[in-house]
Amino acid sequence: MNMLSINIFQNWLNHTHGIWYVLVLAGIAALYLGFFAVAGLMLVYLERRVAGYFQLRLGPNRVGPWGLLQTIADALKLVSKEIFMPKFADKLLYKIGYYIVIVSSLVALAVIPFSRQIQALDINVGIFFVSAVSSVGVLGILFGAWGSRNKYSLIGAMRSGLQMISYELSAGFAIIAVVLMAGTLKMTGIVEAQKDTWFLFQGHLPAIVAFVIFIIAGTAESNRVPFDLVEAEAELGAGFHTEYSGMGFAYFFLAEFINMFIISALAVTLFLGGWLAPFGITDGLPAQWLWGMVWFFVKVLAVIFLLMWFRWTFPRLRIDQLLTLEWKYLLPIGLVNTVIMAFIVWKDWLIHI
Amino acid sequence: MDTTQVISTDQLRSQEYFLNMGPQHPATHGVLRLILKMDGEIVKDIEPDLGYVHRGIEKMVEFETYRQLIHVTDRLDYLSSHMNNEAVALAIEKALEIEVSDRIKVIRTMMDELTRLASHLLWWGVMGMDIGALTTFMYAFRDREMINEIMEQTTGARLTMSYNIPGGVMFDLHPEFPERVKKLIKHMRKVLPEYDRLLTGNIIFKKRMEGVGYLSPEDAVNYGATGPVARGSGVKSDIRKRAPYSAYDRVNFNEVLEQGGDNLARYNVRMKEMYESLNILEQLVDNIPEGPYQMPTRTLIKLPKGEFYQRVETARGELGVFIVSDGKKNPYRVKFRSPGFSNLNALLKVGKGWKIADLVAIMSTFDFVIPDLDR
Amino acid sequence: MTNEELKAYLQTWDDKLEFIEPVPDDTSLITVLDDLSGTWLNVEVPLSHLKGFMRQLHADKETAFDYLFNMTGMDWGKELGVIYHLESKRHGHILVVRARTADRENPVFPTMEDIWNTAHLHEREIFDLLGIRFEGHSNLKRIFLTPDFKGYPLRKDYEDDYMILRK
Repeated sequence: MNMLSINIFQNWLNHTHGIWYVLVLAGIAALYLGFFAVAGLMLVYLERRVAGYFQLRLGPNRVGPWGLLQTIADALKLVSKEIFMPKFADKLLYKIGYYIVIVSSLVALAVIPFSRQIQALDINVGIFFVSAVSSVGVLGILFGAWGSRNKYSLIGAMRSGLQMISYELSAGFAIIAVVLMAGTLKMTGIVEAQKDTWFLFQGHLPAIVAFVIFIIAGTAESNRVPFDLVEAEAELGAGFHTEYSGMGFAYFFLAEFINMFIISALAVTLFLGGWLAPFGITDGLPAQWLWGMVWFFVKVLAVIFLLMWFRWTFPRLRIDQLLTLEWKYLLPIGLVNTVIMAFIVWKDWLIHI
Repeated sequence: MDTTQVISTDQLRSQEYFLNMGPQHPATHGVLRLILKMDGEIVKDIEPDLGYVHRGIEKMVEFETYRQLIHVTDRLDYLSSHMNNEAVALAIEKALEIEVSDRIKVIRTMMDELTRLASHLLWWGVMGMDIGALTTFMYAFRDREMINEIMEQTTGARLTMSYNIPGGVMFDLHPEFPERVKKLIKHMRKVLPEYDRLLTGNIIFKKRMEGVGYLSPEDAVNYGATGPVARGSGVKSDIRKRAPYSAYDRVNFNEVLEQGGDNLARYNVRMKEMYESLNILEQLVDNIPEGPYQMPTRTLIKLPKGEFYQRVETARGELGVFIVSDGKKNPYRVKFRSPGFSNLNALLKVGKGWKIADLVAIMSTFDFVIPDLDR
Repeated sequence: MTNEELKAYLQTWDDKLEFIEPVPDDTSLITVLDDLSGTWLNVEVPLSHLKGFMRQLHADKETAFDYLFNMTGMDWGKELGVIYHLESKRHGHILVVRARTADRENPVFPTMEDIWNTAHLHEREIFDLLGIRFEGHSNLKRIFLTPDFKGYPLRKDYEDDYMILRK
């Protein structure tokens, strides 16, 4: 397949109706679901391996070559667990909880640009869409915890709600700083605008500040250490998913990893050049859609490694320290940063290599 | 309800609720049940409910002989098992007026300090895990493996050693003991600063620990806190200095005192105590005197009539063994004054007014071992 | 203060105090030694004077016993009692105070919780295992055993055919 045939495919898709259209869309959706599942599996395996190396031990390496099938074995085990519901639980909320987190992650996945040609939806408000949809995930956590009728879960979910709402703001300001440089909300537009230099270097100081703020806010959005008091095992048992077992728990677990993937993908798209090769190394080769995807995944894995490094090194913050960090430090810095970025863009003092 | 009516804020109340930090909880280091009266996230009152590991040791030993009594004390505070054994052995030896040889004293002190080091390492690992830095657990256990292997070579057991007996120690030191201890000291001196750097300078850690859980020196004495808990508030309470036993009067070491009284002070006390343990080991490992490792004693020990009290400094604080004997082969009454029980009393005072996350951090710096509380 | 000075000082407070001499005697249990610093002074106080004596021990500047490091409940066969081990952090001397009562049905002791708060949990333990009630305690409940447990296990006349096999 080359670019010509993908264009032909896109043209056909835009002009077809009827049963073929629906079938092809269903096929693409299934492809994304498959990607979701495989990415989730691979990320869990990667986390355990990386954790092992940080803790001076090997990770799982028995099941399958280099332990690659470990997560599948875990999934089989989880599927075989007894599915129960606490007696006084609110049935509807308890069951909806985990579906909502998965759906919100999947929908956010749809607009991530894996390559110039590989993207499910290329709407003109891409970044805004992702930001909005990932906030819906909080509802899933709150439903699940309220439906579980458990004090520990409720405490965890209350903390989570606060945390997510607060850090959305900071992430939003970091995104705005980038949008100012790109001039468009469209995901492909943002990546195209980094053709000569990545935004991280283009915007020099304000972009670096925005990157740091985005990584911090992203770690908080996906409930990872140092902001993982939502599910702080040492304090609350297991936080909001205490009362879930088997696949219900697996869904929450998977959704957390996919959220981490989405945050990393956003960071890569906004700051590190998306699918673009650094210095245009592989631009002359055929099958550009493949090379784009390769660069994209390399960069995403680098950012994911950074997030995992945080997890295995830092202790966790308390809820009031977390909120202090957000409202008293990150938000004012984000605001000032946006103003500086606007000034720099207006004066065109960007760095182009 | 008339919705046009304005409700004043004193009609809106939040309700206090009871949260059960139940016997099965990852942070209580054992089966401790705390019933917390909470207002939102703030703990208003704590009530302990002990007894999940209560084995009735004090009643049980009234039917056992003195030699059997020592092996039961291993299971009190299993992380300082050697010091528990030593307390009873010293009490019996003083009652029978047996003078132990220098070799026995030095062996006992060295094993004490190795046990203290192992206990503090485990405390550090678990404390890191409690506040979220999950890697500390693995590092601490890796180092503890070295200590466990040294113990196993000499005594045959890794945790509950049962090595002290009235009149000496059970086996002689393994010939490889001095070299392995020297290797351990070298390794620990290399990694302890690393562990310090991992947590101590970290700003997140400081925010969790500094200023949290303040215990004033007067309260520490009044509420009966001992060990690193009291020393973190500036109270001198080291039995090794106040009433030295075994070979502690011939080694140079400092009693580590910190004036802060908060979590960070207690943390610093334990970290520095690890260095002090290494100093003591270093001073003793090259000068182990020759001599018998067991003094002759009767097989069936009968203490004269009287009451005998012995205090030792375990990793958690002051352990007191109070033996009342009426001349028979079983003791009349034995009372173990456990350090954790009195430290729990201090926790009831210190924990009020903090959030749950802080309570977990405070409990981890108090370092409870629940069989010690429950006996 | 040394034991003799302490004894002389305490005798000026109350002449009903009984100082137990370290002399072997068939009918009494005596203290022989402590941790390498000699004998600890033992004093037996009649129950009615106990609270006032303890309060004075705590408040008086010469004695200044601010650290209660052990509280032991005892069953001496016919009598029940409590032994208190006190230490002064300021002066460094140690005193052992004991009190007994012949009432086995309903033994009542005054609480030491308001003087030394260590007694809070220790008294709960003694109540749980020996049945001695402490008047004035803020929360006198069983601590180790279940709330509906019958009997007081540490007493010498406690019978339990199921749990206690040896005699």
